[in-house]
Amino acid sequence: MSAYLPVAIFAAFIVAFAVVSLAVAWLLRPSRPDPVKLMNYECGAEPIGSAWVQVPLGFYLVALIFIVFDTLAVFMIPWALVLRTAGLPAFWVMAGFVGIIGLGWLYAYREGVLEWK
Amino acid sequence: MTLPPIAQTAVAAFVLLNVVIGLVTYVTLLERKFAARMQSRIGPYYVGPHGLLQPIADALKLMMKEDVVPSSADRWVYNLAPIAFLVPCVLIFATLPFAPGLGLADLNIGVLFFLAVSSLEIVGLFMGGWGSNNKYAMLSAMRGVNQIISYDLPFVFAALVPVVLAGSLQLSAIVTAQQGLWFAAYPVIGQLGFIAYLVATLAAENRVPFDILEAESELVAGFRVEYSGMKFALIQLGEYAHIIATSYLGALLFLGGWLGPGPAWLGAGWFTLKAMLVFLLLTWVRWSFVRIRVDQILAISWKLMLPATVLLLLVTAFWVAWRSGGGA
Amino acid sequence: MADAEARKVIEMGYGGNERLAMNMGPQHPSAHGVFRAILTLEGETVVGVDAVIGYLHRCHEKLGESLTYVQYPSIASKTDYVAAMTAELAYVAAVEKVGKIEVPKRAQYLRVLAAELQRIASHCLWLGTWCLDMGGALGGGATVFLYCIREREGVLDLFEALTGARLLYGFHQVGGVRYDVPAGWTQNVRETLDLIDSRVDEYEAMLEGNAFFLVRTQGVGTISRELAMDVGISGPLIRGSGVNYDVRRAEPYSSYEDFDFKVPVETAGDCYARYRVRMQEFRESIKICRQVLDGLPEGPISSRPGVKSVGQVRVAKGEGYTRVEGARGEIGAYIVADGGPKPYRLKWRGASFSNLSILPHILIGTKVADVVAIMGSVDPVFGEVDR
Repeated sequence: MSAYLPVAIFAAFIVAFAVVSLAVAWLLRPSRPDPVKLMNYECGAEPIGSAWVQVPLGFYLVALIFIVFDTLAVFMIPWALVLRTAGLPAFWVMAGFVGIIGLGWLYAYREGVLEWK
Repeated sequence: MTLPPIAQTAVAAFVLLNVVIGLVTYVTLLERKFAARMQSRIGPYYVGPHGLLQPIADALKLMMKEDVVPSSADRWVYNLAPIAFLVPCVLIFATLPFAPGLGLADLNIGVLFFLAVSSLEIVGLFMGGWGSNNKYAMLSAMRGVNQIISYDLPFVFAALVPVVLAGSLQLSAIVTAQQGLWFAAYPVIGQLGFIAYLVATLAAENRVPFDILEAESELVAGFRVEYSGMKFALIQLGEYAHIIATSYLGALLFLGGWLGPGPAWLGAGWFTLKAMLVFLLLTWVRWSFVRIRVDQILAISWKLMLPATVLLLLVTAFWVAWRSGGGA
Repeated sequence: MADAEARKVIEMGYGGNERLAMNMGPQHPSAHGVFRAILTLEGETVVGVDAVIGYLHRCHEKLGESLTYVQYPSIASKTDYVAAMTAELAYVAAVEKVGKIEVPKRAQYLRVLAAELQRIASHCLWLGTWCLDMGGALGGGATVFLYCIREREGVLDLFEALTGARLLYGFHQVGGVRYDVPAGWTQNVRETLDLIDSRVDEYEAMLEGNAFFLVRTQGVGTISRELAMDVGISGPLIRGSGVNYDVRRAEPYSSYEDFDFKVPVETAGDCYARYRVRMQEFRESIKICRQVLDGLPEGPISSRPGVKSVGQVRVAKGEGYTRVEGARGEIGAYIVADGGPKPYRLKWRGASFSNLSILPHILIGTKVADVVAIMGSVDPVFGEVDR
């Protein structure tokens, strides 16, 4: 795990940078709030209701397909590393796996899931 | 005087952070000058000689701007979003080797780390969009999540092409594997992979023609419409850091990283030059195209880019497996 | 259609879609002026549009009643401030019709020249802002915008040399025009026209070879021929829907019958068709301008002596309507005169106002991104809508 120590230190520095720069800005900046200024921007008119609404579900189906293909990516990464030693048999196994997922992709395509609703 | 290893690492991390921030601020100037040239303008000119101090003036200005937090926003989410957005965007620089041995952490799963961390930006993005309680920000965040998860896959598969060719996820090993020939020069596979990588990059970075989540003519400024002052600056910083990191990765995966004529110490220069070329290529596209619509973007990803990159990866893999002739 | 789709999604059993009512405008980067559209959205799809206009109302018709025939033409230019020349022309033509005032041939030709140069300038601005709407201020749209503005500047420089003003000219007056061409001006016009002619080719090459531009415009915001006729749109919009209607041809005014030009018509009715119509109009306008310069007759520029007092022009009792083809369509002015130095009543027909009424018919069922593309292709100027 020691290889990740620099990464952790770097991440800590980034957070520190963000916090410090926000703090400096907090010291420097003016602050003159008023109710109209703090209103949400909606092109100069008063906002109509809240923005927190449920959104349509085309999104949800896309997310499901994403998970399927992300799994494919997860399997492909170690496979890519051992390909040289495992050779053609490993390739054919993965090709078969991709073929099966490809059938699922074809089905989703035919069902129109890949369209944004 | 020798510092203990942990202090050395800390110094290296501090230097890298400063390099990244300096690079990002000046790349904005580069882009503005480049865009100005394309549009027969001059661009920033008055602050410093030829506008060279413009990024610093911008940073100072943003720092001294009033910070307006909408009264109906979700304050915690809203205030944390810039940090959540910035951290992964800058963190991906950690694994980039700028020259042999000149990198913060040459992880043995460098590519995977890069891909994983770089897509974490959507967390901050969605926090910003949701926390603002603004309809434009909300629509933008929804679009953003949709777009980024859609283009993550082509991005991953395109980035796996060099991994298959090199047989390693370690970034320095991928560069070493290109000593004979850059991967972009491999017939057909290399070029297609590079193009797919560039297109996926444009989409993953929300650049025109895929900048539907910024979409200032529809959604005004997208998820950062309610941000002002330093928080806005952090988001911008993160976004540009992400673009530059991805340009570096592109230069590393396909254009041979630090490889180039001349002595070894020129490596970082070569690498930066190549990364800037990739960046200017993306900028050139940005300033030439109009934006496409959200449904068209998703259609391009799921119907064209995804199957194409998977097929490309399989073809590459077949070639590698067949050439190596290993296995049972 | 959108409703049916929405119902289908609900029936899938994941719960309902809440609708989101959102203001688009009055301060929106792509509202061409102060226009407020209250969009009802389901996700990204527009299911309802309410248009709110009137933010730029300046009582133009009342102003027309209280200002004399000498004073008002320069105010008329403020209705459609992007194409001020044609708005002035509509007013003075109406006064001349009611008052039966002759206009010398040279003045008529100069009016045509001004109107066509104005059309070029206006279309330049339209193309730039429309691409800005689709491509964004931080993308290719800004590039096209800056190119177009560069060409528009050329035309505005010509107007500045002619009238001293760059946006609102006061060039027309009842009975003719106010300024004759300065020395060397016609040569400048020719050079500018040649430049724009070549630049229009560049824009076409840049946009029509661009797949992203095509997918954003083709099949978007389709107006059928019947709908176009029913709603009463005019100008490039109706010509993009396959109706061959142009006031310059249907009812020639100001010697338009002397010139040889084509009225471009496209049948598709989508944003791309409207774009094509306007691009061809660039060329036709350039053609007309060249013919004017070739055939510019000598003679007086006004049938009336110079202006000495603001109440100098009196029009006998009567009423009349004239229409001219502005850059955005048919601009009409209806005047009721009572014998005094001011009209009793002035009624404007703004092309943008009529064209804007097409929006609720074509926006339903489109995506948010298409709203701005369609609005840009309609090319409204809110000075003319609200008056």
